[in-house]
Amino acid sequence: MKLELQGITKQFPGVLANDRISISVDKGQVLGLLGENGAGKTTLMNILSGLYRPDSGSIRIDGTERTFRDPAQAINAGIGMVHQHFMLVPVFDVTESVVLGSEPTKGPLGSFDRTTARAQVVELSKKHGLHVDPDAKIESLPVGVRQRVEILKALYRKSEILVLDEPSAVLTPQETEELFEIIRGLAKSGTAVIFITHKLNEVIAVADKITVLRRGAVAGETTPAAATAASLAEMMVGREVQLTVSRSKSKVLEPILEVNEMSVLNDAGAIAVDRATFEVRSGEILAIAGVQGNGQTELVEALTGLRPIDSGNVTLESKPFAAGSPREIASAGVAHIPEDRNRDGMVKGMTIAENYILNTYHLPQYSKRGLLDRKAISAATEKAVKDFDVRTPSIDTDIASLSGGNQQKVIVAREFSRNVRLVIAAQPTRGLDVGSIEYIHRRIVEQRDSGAAVLIVSTELDEVLALGDRVAVMYEGRIVGILDAKDATRERVGLLMGGIVA
Amino acid sequence: MTRIGAFARKLRVPALSIFVALFIGALFIIFTDVEVLGRLLSDPIGALSLGVGRAATAYSALLRGALGDPETIGKALASNGDVQLWARALRPIVESVVASVPLIFVGLGVSVAFRTGIFNIGGAGQYTMGAVGGTLAALIFGGGVTPVPIAIILVMIFGLIGGALWAFIPGFLKARVGASEVITTIMLNFIAAQFVFFLVSNFEFIQKPPRIQPVSKELSQFVDLPGILPIESLRLDIGIIVALLTAVAVSWFLFRSTRGFELRTAGLNIAAAKYAGMGAASSIITAMLISGAISGLGGALVAVGTVKQLSPGIAGSVGFTAIAIALVGGTRPSGVVATALVFGLLQHGGSLMQVTTSIPIEMLLFIQALVIAFIAAPELTLGIIKNPFVRRSKSVTK
Repeated sequence: MKLELQGITKQFPGVLANDRISISVDKGQVLGLLGENGAGKTTLMNILSGLYRPDSGSIRIDGTERTFRDPAQAINAGIGMVHQHFMLVPVFDVTESVVLGSEPTKGPLGSFDRTTARAQVVELSKKHGLHVDPDAKIESLPVGVRQRVEILKALYRKSEILVLDEPSAVLTPQETEELFEIIRGLAKSGTAVIFITHKLNEVIAVADKITVLRRGAVAGETTPAAATAASLAEMMVGREVQLTVSRSKSKVLEPILEVNEMSVLNDAGAIAVDRATFEVRSGEILAIAGVQGNGQTELVEALTGLRPIDSGNVTLESKPFAAGSPREIASAGVAHIPEDRNRDGMVKGMTIAENYILNTYHLPQYSKRGLLDRKAISAATEKAVKDFDVRTPSIDTDIASLSGGNQQKVIVAREFSRNVRLVIAAQPTRGLDVGSIEYIHRRIVEQRDSGAAVLIVSTELDEVLALGDRVAVMYEGRIVGILDAKDATRERVGLLMGGIVA
Repeated sequence: MTRIGAFARKLRVPALSIFVALFIGALFIIFTDVEVLGRLLSDPIGALSLGVGRAATAYSALLRGALGDPETIGKALASNGDVQLWARALRPIVESVVASVPLIFVGLGVSVAFRTGIFNIGGAGQYTMGAVGGTLAALIFGGGVTPVPIAIILVMIFGLIGGALWAFIPGFLKARVGASEVITTIMLNFIAAQFVFFLVSNFEFIQKPPRIQPVSKELSQFVDLPGILPIESLRLDIGIIVALLTAVAVSWFLFRSTRGFELRTAGLNIAAAKYAGMGAASSIITAMLISGAISGLGGALVAVGTVKQLSPGIAGSVGFTAIAIALVGGTRPSGVVATALVFGLLQHGGSLMQVTTSIPIEMLLFIQALVIAFIAAPELTLGIIKNPFVRRSKSVTK
């Protein structure tokens, strides 16, 4: 089937999310839809899947115009979505998950016909080369396989247009490669695929043609043959972008953070970090790589006082800090850029100034006899906003109305405003535009150069490789390897991320 | 965006909510009128015009009851200072303000808790226990035992303590064992009312002689709060002044103090409050203590000054109305005061509406409930009427 979106426009209060976007994808073709967060990719796909109605513009399938009132109609029209966050029931097995919602039935009561369902799933997975065990429970499957189940689910519903939303976000590089194989196979057998991503290399690797979105509009169309990562980045951002972080060799001095056999439990009481041992020294960046959910979150929370350390010991500049509260740890010289800035890093509904003093408000410079010193706060915030190039109409603007990049700049400004000995940055650039990523990386390298120890936790392999003087890899709560930057190739780190220790 | 524009945008939803609620209330008046319904089929136009007339009569009675009768006011203006005429002219609006005093206090009290992310439904109980404190202080220290100003101050202090203690219980339980404040505060409301019943029916020191009714002695014999209007028969006392001062204090506390900053942070984003090293437990307890103290202060001043008597039902529907007021007022002290005044007008005007038309005062509860529903669903409210203030604001991007 051939899918065409023509002149799609969607206005939300205050944002023109889609501005006359036209894209098309042919039978057997892979369209790479590239754009930063906020470029309008998700809105466009929600329109395609029937969640939103466009204000204007049309959707054509094989030349006939279609309107979708709800997702069911889009599914019936042959459009299958694989969302970034999987919609699977953990206790179901693969067969049940695939057929859920359109199960084959038998008998007068319409009871579930498991035998037929299983046979259909086996046939489907064989036909498309999507290898899964039809009887395995979802909860026992690795993420990469769960994604295959999601794809099977779409195919089972006779989707001829498959939309994959940021499919590689949760995968190791090897799993991503396998996914690409699957996509190529699907295209060969006639499925039209829309592959949504913000990763430049991926579109070049898998797409037949590329459409780049910027600020809700189509910024350009090209093909992998004609494009380079640099040219795509420029199209995506609207200016030339430096893709690599320039940094001098590090001058590594004494250890600042020493973590010895530290174990941490997750909320369910299971071991999330398993006897982790590493150190971060002054003047170096240790980057921890790993697929999302391998204990990185708990590791960072434990090191910043948000989660108790179960066993092992941690010292900061040779002083134990295991029992520290977030405030004590912060005043000991630790800057913490939290993983989820919306949840932990800022208070929406408060101004930039209020967010700037979020964890220093109690210090004498901002607080006099229990009252906030507004003048001092404004002066400090004005300076920070200027120093960190935060684009905002005023420091009294609600932080919620800033773009993600500017919000993160406020957080980074706040954390670097103190005397910093150790930087703990978790996913410091997740969901940011390329310009902001560049800027925040530079600021982090600056901290290293001025003698701080830097610990970065990131699931973006590119970020880990670009920033780390040493690269550690976490897998199922364990540090499975620590490599020097020169030995940390994409392949070696990728294998470690999948738990394969050479 | 200009400051005035921002202000107008904030007022948009509450103002529209009140307007739409009154409109639906009018429809309700029209279509529940037996006479209108009876003629609706045979003579629809006549029936509807009759209904509209009824609704107009009802709302004009509401307005006269709330603000005053233009005719009486005209007479007073022409009378060259006749005290009696002036008293009659001003009584409706003064009584409306009197009715809003408890609403201001409890509205401010629950707002402090709401700002901290605690859904304190216990305004009524805290208000009642404040009234108990105030009553006890009046009985013990009033009637010439201590000088009047001191007795008044003690009434207020006892009220603060009574309310704060009552709010401390759910605050402590939430902070320590995570007990839901919604449940505990509601239950404590019942206990407070029963506790008053126990006090006013078992102690000679408290109960009104000849000890038949479950009410306290006449408190004006012990402490009389000074009025603030030159006409003595108008009963507006220092309670309203204290209420307005409290609003200023709450505003100052929330937006200027470091403690207020902690409470607001906890209310908007508890995860970020923990990240920033603010103690969640102490924020909860502080917020509840302050919240209860304010409601309690109101209870004491109203029991001693306006009602002049303690009875189990002293809180009436204040607790729930105050929750509505806090939400309508955006938990902002100025908004709470303004909304409480509007609700005071509705409440007092409603009593005249009940007298002059046969529409029961419950009609106003209906309208209040609609206001809350519309505030809770701002999109719906804005959808009903496209408003001239609606402007597409440009979001800020890099």
